[in-house]
Amino acid sequence: MPKPTCHDVSVLRITPHGPEGLSHGLWLIELENPGWQTVRPGQFAMLRPTAWGFEPLWARPFSICRATPERLAFLIQAVGRGTRLLTGLRQGDTVTVWGPLGHAFNTEPGVRTLMLAGGVGIAPFVEYTAAHPTPSALSLLFGHRPPLSCYPYEDITRLVTASAFRETSPQDIPLFVARIEEAMADHAGGLALACGPTPFLRTVQKAALKLGVRCQLSLENRMACGIGACLGCVATDTEGRHVQSCTRGPVFWANEITL
Amino acid sequence: MDQSVSLAGLNLKNPVMTASGTFGYGLEFTPYGDLTALGGIVVKGLSLKPREGNPMPRIAETPSGMLNAIGLQNCGVERFLSDKLPRLPWKETPILANLYACDPEEFGRLAELLAAEEGVAALEVNISCPNVKEGGVLFGQDPAQAAKVTEAVKKRCGTKPVMVKLSPNVADIVAIARAVEAAGADSLSLINTLTGMAVDVRTRKPRLANVVGGLSGPAVKPVALRCVWQVSRAVNIPVVGMGGISSAMDVLEFIMVGAHAVQVGTANFTRPDFAFRLVEDLPKVAASMGVTSWESFRGSLDVG
Repeated sequence: MPKPTCHDVSVLRITPHGPEGLSHGLWLIELENPGWQTVRPGQFAMLRPTAWGFEPLWARPFSICRATPERLAFLIQAVGRGTRLLTGLRQGDTVTVWGPLGHAFNTEPGVRTLMLAGGVGIAPFVEYTAAHPTPSALSLLFGHRPPLSCYPYEDITRLVTASAFRETSPQDIPLFVARIEEAMADHAGGLALACGPTPFLRTVQKAALKLGVRCQLSLENRMACGIGACLGCVATDTEGRHVQSCTRGPVFWANEITL
Repeated sequence: MDQSVSLAGLNLKNPVMTASGTFGYGLEFTPYGDLTALGGIVVKGLSLKPREGNPMPRIAETPSGMLNAIGLQNCGVERFLSDKLPRLPWKETPILANLYACDPEEFGRLAELLAAEEGVAALEVNISCPNVKEGGVLFGQDPAQAAKVTEAVKKRCGTKPVMVKLSPNVADIVAIARAVEAAGADSLSLINTLTGMAVDVRTRKPRLANVVGGLSGPAVKPVALRCVWQVSRAVNIPVVGMGGISSAMDVLEFIMVGAHAVQVGTANFTRPDFAFRLVEDLPKVAASMGVTSWESFRGSLDVG
């Protein structure tokens, strides 16, 4: 696998995603590609504007939503201090970026593969779908709260079968859980891949273990360095060991970790 | 200007070392720079047996700093010696093994194992970790205990130099430094992290599972400078300064208050090539400040 690198690159474009992205805090940031020739779907990068100085201190990790020879795209939801500041970037600003980092999702040509995305967790599946050699084997189930146009949903539906579930109240959750279980039951013998908030991943993991579906989960964890040095992002594996989400993950097999 | 520094038996090609706990085992950083360019590498704290560390969450971002309560998660000395050390460029760059144990006897055993390895240039004794229940900072808060640990390590380290890492979480850091010097330490490194905490008003929970953790980063630099200044004037062994170093100017500040060398810690997390860039920047910035030798610049602070 090619070694990751660290570079200062320019922001090429930053826009709210879709007509309602601004009001829901969903943005697409596009950066110069610093020469990463091989990005595997599910890998992530650390982003840190040079203008931050030492406040805030840490970079922020994001799944690589799309990688072309010219640009890298990241879907960002402004929910905390760092992500809000990131959405204040302007075209031409400089961002330190290091990556591509971590383990990618399995790509198994011809194997029926179910992509399960929760909210901003849809990001890696854009690259996954675009890079997959047999997209006809893929399907997507997408759970979301902001309107569908806030997400790159159409980038995926152009190539694969997809369905979406919008959660508008806590009462909707059991319905979505049922949809997940139904979709996973339909993929026994296939492969399921999930990315999203931890409660969502926990639901997917439980269903996968119950139904015996081979399943990978991409964890979202707070990180300081992204390269395995700070030990701040560990997950607990099923043997009770602390393993770094950044280097041993972010993609783990569902039967290997405890959520 | 010659960048090299002589430090209690170690020859560093420049004064920039990396701090334990912030540079992994060194290997994590190989894609981002040439490890042999560094003055020295202090590896992640090692214990006799592997440790899993504290539960999550164990890091929190604070204004110009971070809190950590990792709890010395490490692979254990055996695996370090068999899997990590042979892959480090120890012939070109001094590798310092940071060690942690629960009692002086265990410190001694660990020191013996590490010092027997050709690839380990020196030992850094951690008597100042705030994140472990047994031993940890308690050794570093009592001059008699600190001296006992130092003696135990010195007895079993052969000819390898011993650096003792001091805690700022004490009333009188000079008293600890003098006790450690008297017990035979070859050099001192300071400061380890300051004990702190962060809370979330919305959830009414601490941000760390351990409740308290060690504060590091630019926020602690003034405390670190003060400690290095006080200690370097009070002892006759070299002092290595650390705490919030984020630029070549910061390195100059530490040397000017009395440090022989520095360790760069939290800044390694702000970008993985930070230490390598710092090594490149330092000669240029030193020249621009009229520094002609480390020897003459060290301790040149004019306090009137």
